[in-house]
Amino acid sequence: MSDEGMSVIVKTVSCVLVVPTVVFGLYVIMHGHLTPGGGFPGGAVMATIVALFLVAYGKDGSRKILKKDCLSAAESIGLLLFAALAFAGISVTFFSNFLANTGNWFGTVIPFGPNPGYLVSGGVLPLMNIAVGIEVFAALSAIMILMFSYSGDDSK
Amino acid sequence: MSVEFLIEHSPALAIALPLVAAFAAPLFGKLGSFLRNLWVLLMLAFTELVVLLMGQDVLANGARVYALGASVPSLTSPFGFPIRIVLVADAMSALFAVTAVSIALLAFIYSWKYMSDKGGVDKFYTLLLLLTAAMAGLCLTGDFFTLFVFLEVSSIASAGLVAYNRSGKSLEAAFKYTVVSAVGALFLLFGVGILYGKYHLLNMAAIAAEMAISSSFLDVAALSMLASALLLKSGAFPVHMWKPDAYQQAPVNVTIMLVTTALLSLYVLFRICFTIFVPVMGSTLGWLAVVLGAASIFVGVTMALPQKNLRRLIGYAAVAEVGYILMGVGTSMVSISRMDGFAVQALSGGVFHMINDVLDMSLIFLVAGGILYVTKKQDITELSGLGHRSGFLTVMFAIALLAISGMPPMNGFASKLLIYESVYFLNPMLAIIGIAGSMMMLALFVKIFASVFLGAPYRGIVAPLPLSMAFVMCVLAFFIIVFGLFPNVALDLIVTPAVQALLGKAAYIGGVI
Repeated sequence: MSDEGMSVIVKTVSCVLVVPTVVFGLYVIMHGHLTPGGGFPGGAVMATIVALFLVAYGKDGSRKILKKDCLSAAESIGLLLFAALAFAGISVTFFSNFLANTGNWFGTVIPFGPNPGYLVSGGVLPLMNIAVGIEVFAALSAIMILMFSYSGDDSK
Repeated sequence: MSVEFLIEHSPALAIALPLVAAFAAPLFGKLGSFLRNLWVLLMLAFTELVVLLMGQDVLANGARVYALGASVPSLTSPFGFPIRIVLVADAMSALFAVTAVSIALLAFIYSWKYMSDKGGVDKFYTLLLLLTAAMAGLCLTGDFFTLFVFLEVSSIASAGLVAYNRSGKSLEAAFKYTVVSAVGALFLLFGVGILYGKYHLLNMAAIAAEMAISSSFLDVAALSMLASALLLKSGAFPVHMWKPDAYQQAPVNVTIMLVTTALLSLYVLFRICFTIFVPVMGSTLGWLAVVLGAASIFVGVTMALPQKNLRRLIGYAAVAEVGYILMGVGTSMVSISRMDGFAVQALSGGVFHMINDVLDMSLIFLVAGGILYVTKKQDITELSGLGHRSGFLTVMFAIALLAISGMPPMNGFASKLLIYESVYFLNPMLAIIGIAGSMMMLALFVKIFASVFLGAPYRGIVAPLPLSMAFVMCVLAFFIIVFGLFPNVALDLIVTPAVQALLGKAAYIGGVI
């Protein structure tokens, strides 16, 4: 039995929903060092779109759109990026925040006192959030695709 | 990168290098299996170099503290308060870090050929390296929450590795292991929560300093939670049921990592007991450990007798071996509370036996894996007369069987003798149980030896044993014989500094905060 998914309305709406979901996910990831959230919740938000695609397009349709190999490569790259950022501080100590308060990239010196939240600050923290976001998005998507492909009445 | 740099950052590198290797292994796997194997081998060898340098430095210059993310590695309390993740390498933790990484390296060299005809090897190596990182982390961590995280990482990676064959039985074993370790992790987290609620601290040394001033019933509750969690993970008597299953179903190169992980959870137990909980420990926990140890020996040996599967049988023998360690260290705990003089000897016996147990168990499991590799059989009733076909495996099995049952020329004798001598002062009956257990173990393994290796020549197909697998067995056998012939050297060189570090609570606390 081939699984071609749901009606064209559902497919179209899920395509439309890609934009707000990804934007919100990226927002949560990018503001991880300022507001509640961060790489893990943001990546999970972005992975919901994969769940939506799996349901809308079914097993056969979604296999053309979502590539498991790409996702597992992205997973490794996210983790390696995180480890590389941790290693980059090793001239001081492992995990040291070598970018914070340097005045350079992501190193904005924050004046003392209440402030509205400076996005480009925090040193390696936002970068690590991005790495975690990539990893969590890819890993959760891969897990969902795997579980979906082994479920149901297909012979596979 | 100079040697000083490596030594200075060694505690962090020992955990980080296997992690990086684990994350990159699937990417290298896309380039080809040889490149991936080379990458894993190089990274593990580099990690081994780092931990060896760390061990040598710790023995020469005393404990090394590493605060992650601090402006100076030794700055653990920037505002007079320990807030960072702190790694501590003293003689005891360095000894076990070296043991864990060495076993991981040997397990990898063994896997090179052993796993070559199997699928999903990329993921297998990722999990193997994650487990290595978790083991190094368990040894080196200086605070409770990181301890919990590394224990969880080790549980998840081990469960994945046990399920590697994906047959019904291996999935069942992995499920059992997952449930046991999840329950253990919850106990551990609860214990850590109690401590955090009372002291508002997670750093082990800081909690130890506070507890020495004021201790209460809450500490006893936390200790019982932590001890039950770690005994659960070590596979001692009442919850030994996951052990034979997991050891039998996992590939043998994973099994030796599981043996090491089980012993590392005992290491953590001893670390927190002797470093933190001495004020509230009393003699109860020591007696509990001794009694559980004696029960583990009895149950392990008697359950091993009727087994037909070689690896399941060795799995039950491993339960008995854990019993000896618990007996030795439990005696030392009782002895500390009574202030009579044999704590150091009992603890030396226990710690030395942990190292010996890793070596002996690894060798015998790898020989069992070798038998499986060359004959594709592991039921002892189907094997006989293998000695005529594979002399190498016969010699290795003989060495391992003598070492496990504590016969004089091998290392098991030296450490078991120390344990018998010290537990005798506690109660002569316990020493008798220990010696009887060893004798039964000898009888058991001689029976196996006779039925597998002696008799009419084996008729089936015998594949040649790959050189890499033989090399790993030779390395283990070398250390077994050296530690057996010169136990005094091993004791003076590595065990006594470790025991002093474990008992030197004030030095540990002073070193960290």
